[in-house]
Amino acid sequence: MLSSGIVTVAYIAATILFILALGGLSNQETARRGNWYGITGMAIALLATVFGVVTQHYGILVAALVIGGGIGMLLARRVQMTQMPELVAILHSLVGLAAVAVGFANFMDHSTVLTGVEKTIHDIETYLGILIGAVTFSGSVIAFGKLSGRIGGKPLLLPARHWLNLGLLIAAIWFGRAFVIESAAGGGMTPLIVMTVIALLFGIHMVMAIGGADMPVVVSMLNSYSGWAASATGFMLSNDLLIVTGALVGSSGAILSYIMCRAMNRKFLNVIAGGFGTGGGTSASSGDAEQGEVVPIDAQETAALLAGAKEVMIIPGYGMAVAQAQHTVFEITKALRAKRVNVRFGIHPVAGRMPGHMNVLLAEAKVPYDIVFEMDEINDDFPDVDVSVVIGANDIVNPSAQEVPDSPIAGMPVLECWKGDTTIVLKRSMATGYAGVQNPLFFKENTRMLFGDAKDTLDAVLKAL
Amino acid sequence: MKIGVPSETHPGEKRVATTPDVAKELAKLGFSVAVETGAGDASSYTDDAYRAAGCDIVSAADVWRDSDIILKVRAPEGGESDGLRAGQTLISFLWPAQNPKLLDKLTKTGATVMAMDSVPRISRAQKMDALSSMANIGGYRAVVEAAQHFGRFFTGQITAAGKVPPAKVLVIGAGVAGLAAIGAAKSMGAIVRSFDTRPEVKEQVESMDAEFLMLDFADEDGSGEGGYAKVMSEEFIAAEMALFAEQAKDVDIVITTALIPGKPAPRLWTAEMVASMKDGSVIVDLAAETGGNCELTQKDKVIVEHGVTIIGYTDLPSRLAAQASQLYATNLRHLLTDLTPAKDGNIVVDMEDEVIRGATVCKDGETTWPPPAPKLSAAPKQAAAAPPPPAPEPAKPSVFGPIAALAIGGLALFGLGAVAPPSFMAHFTVFVLACFVGYMVIWNVTPALHTPLMSVTNAISSIIIIGALLQVSSASSLIMWIAAFTVLITSINIAGGFAVTRRMLEMFRK
Repeated sequence: MLSSGIVTVAYIAATILFILALGGLSNQETARRGNWYGITGMAIALLATVFGVVTQHYGILVAALVIGGGIGMLLARRVQMTQMPELVAILHSLVGLAAVAVGFANFMDHSTVLTGVEKTIHDIETYLGILIGAVTFSGSVIAFGKLSGRIGGKPLLLPARHWLNLGLLIAAIWFGRAFVIESAAGGGMTPLIVMTVIALLFGIHMVMAIGGADMPVVVSMLNSYSGWAASATGFMLSNDLLIVTGALVGSSGAILSYIMCRAMNRKFLNVIAGGFGTGGGTSASSGDAEQGEVVPIDAQETAALLAGAKEVMIIPGYGMAVAQAQHTVFEITKALRAKRVNVRFGIHPVAGRMPGHMNVLLAEAKVPYDIVFEMDEINDDFPDVDVSVVIGANDIVNPSAQEVPDSPIAGMPVLECWKGDTTIVLKRSMATGYAGVQNPLFFKENTRMLFGDAKDTLDAVLKAL
Repeated sequence: MKIGVPSETHPGEKRVATTPDVAKELAKLGFSVAVETGAGDASSYTDDAYRAAGCDIVSAADVWRDSDIILKVRAPEGGESDGLRAGQTLISFLWPAQNPKLLDKLTKTGATVMAMDSVPRISRAQKMDALSSMANIGGYRAVVEAAQHFGRFFTGQITAAGKVPPAKVLVIGAGVAGLAAIGAAKSMGAIVRSFDTRPEVKEQVESMDAEFLMLDFADEDGSGEGGYAKVMSEEFIAAEMALFAEQAKDVDIVITTALIPGKPAPRLWTAEMVASMKDGSVIVDLAAETGGNCELTQKDKVIVEHGVTIIGYTDLPSRLAAQASQLYATNLRHLLTDLTPAKDGNIVVDMEDEVIRGATVCKDGETTWPPPAPKLSAAPKQAAAAPPPPAPEPAKPSVFGPIAALAIGGLALFGLGAVAPPSFMAHFTVFVLACFVGYMVIWNVTPALHTPLMSVTNAISSIIIIGALLQVSSASSLIMWIAAFTVLITSINIAGGFAVTRRMLEMFRK
């Protein structure tokens, strides 16, 4: 048995290691070391708790740890890099579920007796922990369904959905008050369960109303929630390690959400309220007016253009992930670099379904990270680019964000590929992107359209090279 | 429908109106193609190559008699078009402004005649703009001709035998031909300068690494219709001539490409300027057809005056026959693609289509040339567009908002501090500080690692397992099992999160 002092010291060590783990991610060289800091921190915290606090049921504990750990390792090994958003979403749901379970177990455990204000505060902490946990759980499960295609990506818009959300919020507060009062009298289980159901419904409704391409915001928001859930649980258990770790994760997710929203030039509340691209009646007409003729191109000509270029910029989008084309993209990159063509990648912050999604896919295909650039780093270079290749992206290269002031995506920062000599757009059809806005890029004089599945057409281009 | 391609009869013309490659594409549009025996010989396309592409090889008479569509390069000459009749379509260069008699004659046959030189110069029709294709070849060939007659290197070199200065090339007129000449001369290593009356081409010239000569003159814009230049004022021309006189003493090679549609070529290079040039210099005059930009140019001849070679060829594209034929044939194919919207081998001359309307010079016995003025592209269109609505006044940031938020936050904290027990406040302090640490640390994370960040934060947020561990020793078996379940799912998360992060980070490499 370890003394409580040693356990506390171990917790402090774990806290510091967690902060170092996050700090390590500031660049690729230190990131791997950072991950080991995180693993070490977690191991220290677990061992200290197991040897310092747990008094019995070691067998069940170890069994649960081993089985759970085994499942986790298996998942991590099996998952395709294109499925990362789904995996992250389902893992978030587990944190939410854990917060709910710990909250209920703690409420049912009457070994510590509190009174007065302390009792009230403790009850509120319990209530909040379960509330956030439940929203995280159901929201993440729905996000997982949407990302893996089990649930349609289209936003589900109930009538008067804002009022519904408000009603659920008020109900949650009202039941919270009832819970505190009843809990003081020794009861309180009923309002707690009712609130959990409300929170679950709220989580489902919230994520259902958000469309596919807003998923980066949702995933990072759920990431944030899972942190706040851990933090609330920490308050409930008076455990500083949980509070600190939860706060770190919570602020991390919040910052990611903020970055994603900024990259779309939208307000966080606007994204969460959902239903993008359905209400803008005024804008659609002006976008349709200046359609022109698109110039198609075939794989042979694309290969010739690429081989003749000096500067090539590849702009991947979600379409590349869907078509699993990242390996072919890298083969093409290799072939071009062998011909002394300078190939670079331009990544928009919201490309894909998760922050940094494209970077991971490209890394999986062994694309060296020093030729992969962020939007801000390369946007000024486009006038010098000979050929830009847009693979399965639409809104992130839409010039109307800058040119049409009443466009739904006006003001969103975009990759200015049209400033280069030629842009080749790989697309399956002329359908509009997520925002439902027609893309004038396709009709520009220096744009060529290469229609077809990204993987097949890129294979053809590679063969022609 | 059947497409016929006769041989070109003009003396010295080596081009042909279709190539085997393009013939294959035409077959895809539903046409059958017949080519006159030996039509492609001069441009290195043999009868066998045409046969291999699925063409029939027939005699000249058969071509004119049996074809529904006749593709030619040059306008019909002599008795060539005598066999033309109503129901047939002829597509070729025609120059209706310069050949009114020919236009009359063709109109009377009742055939539909389309002139490749009359295709309007709008963005959509660029792919069938044969004038640009030919000008491009002419510009390139002009440099090759100049190199042929120029006794020195284009590029500068430092050799063991001494230093060779690079040749200085002046390209007058930076249109398609001018830019092609700049590109060719530049790639051979010469110092290239260019002059044009249209200031908007400055960027294009500079993008090709050539120097754009600016006229020290109040800005007068020489842009005319359809991307051509217009006639300039006298003062402007005087300043221009002074510039040229000065350049004449310095440059080795002059390539002039100045054309004004429907007018004789402007006289830009006088006999005195030629005389002031160094011996051995070369002038290539691409405007020889319409009188020449240089005073001494003789059409279709190479002459030497004052020690300067002056080249007045008018058939430069034909001197690069294989390339010219291929580009011209492709221009024709694009036009035919537009003419056969159904891709069934039947052409539809849609007079509502701006491009087809512009190209058609006569149809059903009526002259339809000149067409109504084409709408212009880029610059004038923008000017015509309504001025942008005045930007709405930026909403003044409300001073009240942040103050109210601060006040409410402050009151809430005050209320919390007033009632909460000290133990809670200690935890709360830790919480707030941790939020700030998180804020500082996360902003440093590179965006490329956002996905690993999410998976690693996901793993460490499973620290909630501590809560379950505290409960697993509970005497109540219900609580114990709930806690065990929580341990199970959080350990999935811990192991999965860290392992997948590790897997991702392993992939990032230089």
